[in-house]
Amino acid sequence: MAGFGTNQQRRGLPAMADHTIGAHEETRRDFLYVATGAVAAVGAAVALWPFIDQMNPAADVLALSSIEVDLSPVPLGQQITVNWRGKPVFVRHRTETDIEEARAVPLEELRDPQTDEERVIKAEWLVMVGICTHLGCVPLADQGDFDGWFCPCHGSHYDSSGRIRKGPAPLNLAIPGYEFIDDSTIRVG
Amino acid sequence: MQALLNNGFVRWFDNRLPVLSWANHHLMEYPTPRNLNYAWNFGSLAGLALVLQIVTGIVLAMHYTPHADMAFDSVERIMRDVNYGWLLRYMHANGASFFFIVVYIHIARGLYYGSYKAPREVLWWLGLVILLLMMATAFMGYVLPWGQMSFWGATVITNLFSAIPVIGEPIVQWLWGGFAVGNATLNRFFSLHFLLPFVVVGVVVLHLWALHHKKSNNPLGIDYKGPQDFITFHPYYTIKDAFGAGVFLILFATFLFYAPNYMGHPDNYIPADPLVTPAHIVPEWYFLPFYAILRAIPDKLGGVLAMGASIFILFLLPWLDTSRIRSATFRPVFKWFFWLLLVDLVVLGFCGANPPEGFWVPLSQVATVYYFLHFLILLPLIGWFERPRPLPDSIAKPVLKA
Ligand code: HEM
Ligand code: FES
Repeated sequence: MAGFGTNQQRRGLPAMADHTIGAHEETRRDFLYVATGAVAAVGAAVALWPFIDQMNPAADVLALSSIEVDLSPVPLGQQITVNWRGKPVFVRHRTETDIEEARAVPLEELRDPQTDEERVIKAEWLVMVGICTHLGCVPLADQGDFDGWFCPCHGSHYDSSGRIRKGPAPLNLAIPGYEFIDDSTIRVG
Repeated sequence: MQALLNNGFVRWFDNRLPVLSWANHHLMEYPTPRNLNYAWNFGSLAGLALVLQIVTGIVLAMHYTPHADMAFDSVERIMRDVNYGWLLRYMHANGASFFFIVVYIHIARGLYYGSYKAPREVLWWLGLVILLLMMATAFMGYVLPWGQMSFWGATVITNLFSAIPVIGEPIVQWLWGGFAVGNATLNRFFSLHFLLPFVVVGVVVLHLWALHHKKSNNPLGIDYKGPQDFITFHPYYTIKDAFGAGVFLILFATFLFYAPNYMGHPDNYIPADPLVTPAHIVPEWYFLPFYAILRAIPDKLGGVLAMGASIFILFLLPWLDTSRIRSATFRPVFKWFFWLLLVDLVVLGFCGANPPEGFWVPLSQVATVYYFLHFLILLPLIGWFERPRPLPDSIAKPVLKA
């Protein structure tokens, strides 16, 4: 209802009548209620953010982000696992056969198509995050149907380039950012 | 109780805060169908299990250290050095299993006698909310001892969220508080594991409120017609529930003292190692059917969605079951399919316990399809085509005749 004041007020009846159930009419007070409610809701949503964000990785966790790995002790055909940000990173010294096999695979056979060249800096060193892209287990080396890794949790097979070939995992094993700081040392992260 | 209320002070107090009349109304004079069978014991048993978990849990929390470097050793210290610590921890670990056994039977009772149908749909929903909260609580509790199964269970289950497109990865890191399951994860899981059981208590209150508002269903599944259909809760059901509690405690004690690790997994006595996954990881037995559904679908997102749907479909049950008859006693066709569903769940359980190889894979796929077939196709059709047996006139009549 437009205009100021309700019928009752104009007729000089007590304002109480406004509160009678079922006899409600729109007033300026309704507008104030809605406006107050809206401001409170926005305020509450803003105040909620710190309570949500506190669960994200903290500054000290983010700070632990890079490590150096000495490659010289890793013999040909072997692999070491290092801990980077709480995750296993596989560093594999690949043989000629490993490399040839990975490079011979046609791309259309791959679920997550990527050439072996795109996955390495130096062909004999394959560096990747050792976490199955299905649900996060650590795959076992030298197992599975593709001369690479096999994840025991739900049966994902990865090839000698760490690419997904069979099983429920959707993606290839991830390649972390890394660089060679000299011939036999890399920095991961 | 009545005698108590004759006491002057008690009357004075009750007049100001009517706790006694309230207890009298809800626990003593409360009208209960006169024909309830032993399937109706499991509600009070679930309450008992919840109290046991809270009491033992609070005591364990006095000795437990929620830190990735110390949690495993603090649990071993509870087992070896704390007075009766072994008993308290075994009570808590086996108590969780018994809680699920009781709740699963309680739910099966509801499925068989149609307790989810009008006017008890909200009561049913609240029960399912309790189930989800219990699952979250038990999952986070299992992480606390920080053994190999704790760590890898936490990894696999939190990674389920990574299946969500785009926002999946950030959500998982948010849950972890890091780039992998670690100390931050353990700390928050401890905090939430402490909190959630009390949230369960709150939902239980709502569950009972809804129950007392519409009253219990009964084995005949028919509506009550008058006071002759009821007996008072006390002494009839207080004594029956107490008897049930005795049987429950005997079975509980048998496991506690003779097979305390029967339902556990030996790998959880190996400290967590973030670099090595155990060869065969399995969740606790009460999650196995859902885990089998997850693995049955050869697609990451699909598996996660199917697992979620397997529980959420139960929320729709009051509308998927098109029959107006509640109790399976009068539903000759439904009755068979009820038992078939239970068999299907047991099959799924075995599939979940075994590695996803060989014939377990197709078997879990068939069982998963059947699970959804039951709710989405069979239940609506049976309701339409089944010819129910004649219902008795009232609850009281067959009881009083016998
Ligand atoms: C819904 C009720 C609850 C369930 C289903 C539950 C379940 C569990 C489970 C499955 C474990 C792992 C047991 C093991 O293998 O060691 C656990 C551990 C633990 N829970 Fe609970 N719990 C509940 C309530 C509570 C409460 C209320 C508290 C404390 C206030 C608590 C404190 C603890 C502690 C300190 C541990 C670690 C010690 C241990 O592993 O034995 N729990 N819980
Ligand atoms: S986590 Fe590797 S297959 Fe599921």
